[in-house]
Amino acid sequence: MASIFKNHGKLERHSMLLLLFIILVVSVGGLVEITPLFFLESTIEKVDGMRPYTPLELAGRDIYIREGCYLCHSQMIRPLRDEVERYGHYSLAAESMYDHPFQWGSKRNGPDLARVGGKYSDAWHRDHLINPRSLVPESIMPPYKFLAEHDLDYRDIKDKLRAMKTVGVPYTEAEIASAEDDLRAQADPNQSPTKLQAHYGSKLNIRDFGGGPNRVTEMDALIAYLQMQGTLVDFTTYKADAPANQR
Amino acid sequence: MNYETVAKFAQQGGAVYFFLIFLCGVAYACWPRKRGEFDRAARLPLDEDD
Amino acid sequence: MGDPLSSTPSTGSARAAINTGGAPAYLIASIFGALLFTVATVLSRDPLFQFQGWIFMIGFVLASAALTIGLSSGAFNQAASRYMDNVIKAGVIATMFWGAAGMLVGVIVAAQLTWPNIFYFPDFGFLNFGRIRPLHTSAVIFAFGGNALIATSFWVVQRTCKARLFGGMTAWFVFWGYQLFIVLAGLGYLAGITQGQEYAEPEWLTDLWLTIVWVAYLIVFLGTIWKRQEPHIYVANWFYLAFIITIAILHIFNNLAVPVSLLNHRSYEVWSGVQSAMVQWWYGHNAVGFLLTAGFLAMMYYFIPKRAERPIYSYRLSIVHFWALIFIYIWAGPHHLHYTALPQWTQTLGMTFSIMLWMPSWGGMINGLMTLSGAWDKLRTDPVIRMFVVSLAFYGMSTFEGPVMSIRAVNALSHYTDWGIGHVHSGALGWVGFVTFGSVYCLVPWLWKKDGLYSNKLVEWHFWIATTGILLYITAMWVSGIMEGLMWRAYTPQGFLAYSFIETVAAKHVEFIVRLLGGLMYLSGALIMIYNLIRTVGLPNTQHANHPADALPASAVLAGE
Repeated sequence: MASIFKNHGKLERHSMLLLLFIILVVSVGGLVEITPLFFLESTIEKVDGMRPYTPLELAGRDIYIREGCYLCHSQMIRPLRDEVERYGHYSLAAESMYDHPFQWGSKRNGPDLARVGGKYSDAWHRDHLINPRSLVPESIMPPYKFLAEHDLDYRDIKDKLRAMKTVGVPYTEAEIASAEDDLRAQADPNQSPTKLQAHYGSKLNIRDFGGGPNRVTEMDALIAYLQMQGTLVDFTTYKADAPANQR
Repeated sequence: MNYETVAKFAQQGGAVYFFLIFLCGVAYACWPRKRGEFDRAARLPLDEDD
Repeated sequence: MGDPLSSTPSTGSARAAINTGGAPAYLIASIFGALLFTVATVLSRDPLFQFQGWIFMIGFVLASAALTIGLSSGAFNQAASRYMDNVIKAGVIATMFWGAAGMLVGVIVAAQLTWPNIFYFPDFGFLNFGRIRPLHTSAVIFAFGGNALIATSFWVVQRTCKARLFGGMTAWFVFWGYQLFIVLAGLGYLAGITQGQEYAEPEWLTDLWLTIVWVAYLIVFLGTIWKRQEPHIYVANWFYLAFIITIAILHIFNNLAVPVSLLNHRSYEVWSGVQSAMVQWWYGHNAVGFLLTAGFLAMMYYFIPKRAERPIYSYRLSIVHFWALIFIYIWAGPHHLHYTALPQWTQTLGMTFSIMLWMPSWGGMINGLMTLSGAWDKLRTDPVIRMFVVSLAFYGMSTFEGPVMSIRAVNALSHYTDWGIGHVHSGALGWVGFVTFGSVYCLVPWLWKKDGLYSNKLVEWHFWIATTGILLYITAMWVSGIMEGLMWRAYTPQGFLAYSFIETVAAKHVEFIVRLLGGLMYLSGALIMIYNLIRTVGLPNTQHANHPADALPASAVLAGE
């Protein structure tokens, strides 16, 4: 120990040593708290039903992020009595496993959206997004009229799926190749949904989401994303008491 | 190496490491021979105008 | 990576072209950057990428023009016998400009939440809350706070090391590069460029640019320390160094992302879900710990002793406080994730360290306050000292409130509510804002060589208006935060939830008005300050001999370059 203290004299004289000590001291906390989370299988519960976002939902999620929705809406229901009664089953880690980045939020100027999917009709969402106060007079939410006016720009949707694949979301090459078709197929009931369902399963919302007839608008994409929020996990097969789910 | 082992090691190692760092910091600050140097150092912002 | 600017750390060549501080290298890099972004903007099909490309292009063209004019007129030929103070003057101006702008945007978002029918414009979606809230947070944290830190660190490191800033023009590159980062980030939010991580909203291209600027900042700061004429590194520089290096680490790891393509503005983070959350709040909380705390403590450790004309109360305490603070802070992030899907032991660890953090925080506060012992009369006579004292009081208050809010049971109530907004503002307006105002009130007469400020009376006005504003703000947020938290969990005797969500929103209206008033008062204070500073710069120059020198000590000139 004594030899260590002799070297302390260098600490202030040699800035590089000071720098090194600072790095050593500040890195340990992050390492301890973050590293164990990468032993993935056991951090995330075993659940049935999770699948990657469809191209339309992914585009909708990007609009959710672009408009900063996460600044007022959380997507994390805590296991507290009132939250479970107000919003539904508490959120599981597995439910955000394909969220790059997570959208849990930190502030509820508006209600939690983790399980908003299926709670309201598409028409309600459209009208509410265009003018929130037409449906909820006390609302303080901004109006999103322009979403219904802008066609969705999905020229880069293939690149988006590919980037998602690079960061670990299990999209197949076939899904990436047909991303544009799959996107249109989900928003247009006149197109054949066979390929889309082959890629993403049968539990999909396939319809005109009301963002404008005969076109895919940003409104369609956002509503498609909202309508699937929290609907994927099959809670009839989820065992909350299993040891792996008790952390 | 599973999740439990890593988590446990991280928690215990972190606690030990914390106390070592803290002791080092205190020892350095209280080292008797350093007194003069620190007294001079404390006046650094005030002595700059000469 | 589509980034031309890797050629920027031309500090090596700065030595070769010493008389112009490396300006020719920067000129070449700027022209190259302008060309590269012209090509990239033409090739890209992504309108938002093109938007960023235009900003880069304009920035590089302006830089090229300025460098050409500067080189041809000889304006860059430097007097190496003087401290490099012009870049600090620019930093002080930027601090006050961005401060007022960021506070103004804050007032606007507060007004939007108060009167949505008046302050939202359906035809101007880019002014919606979701886009200008990050504009407010980034403007006050990174533009106001960041510029204050860069400017004061350049002053403090030169004076306490008795050495001119290292790297010639690099200090100017740090300043202008940082302003470009601010413009890219801010206009980007309005246009819809964000990666959706709180306080880390800028997308990959802007993040890369900031990384380059930050490395240059580290080089300037460290290089100046290497040139120092004092054997000891003054403790304020320890805090600055910890701030610079830790922010670099946090910035890199929280922004690891894969771009959709090299010509697309969007990227996806490499982490997902729980990991993404943990890394984000490890980043988020330490942005508080190292930018908003360590950096501003560095200011405190220089400007309070200097203004009070007394050495710091206990240098030993400052060392213990330093190591304990930087060690403990880094663990506290998980308290943002109580009751979430994060493993519970991590939450508990975060909470434990958050509570421990109370002690080093108060160690710093006590050290600052006790520096004034024996000089308490200055509190009465010098409003700037009073500003410092109140900043420390708010620091002490919010570093007590923070640990309380990190306790799981308290957090169950306070999380997601306005209490959190109140908490950050007592720290941001009270601590960060006031210690910055105090330091700038000190710096402006020193930098522009004046006997003192234009008006101490106006400082008094600033002090009282701003203090009252903060108190209104945080009290309103305590009331509305605790009220909405209680309303969310209120039950009727029959066992049903007592309130719908919208009832809890409507209930906060009066508090929102008070908050808006508090914010307006704080902004008014800052505007008074700006007026006072402008008038100060217009005063005749000082004749005083004991004014802080802008010339290096003779020994330093001989030993230096």
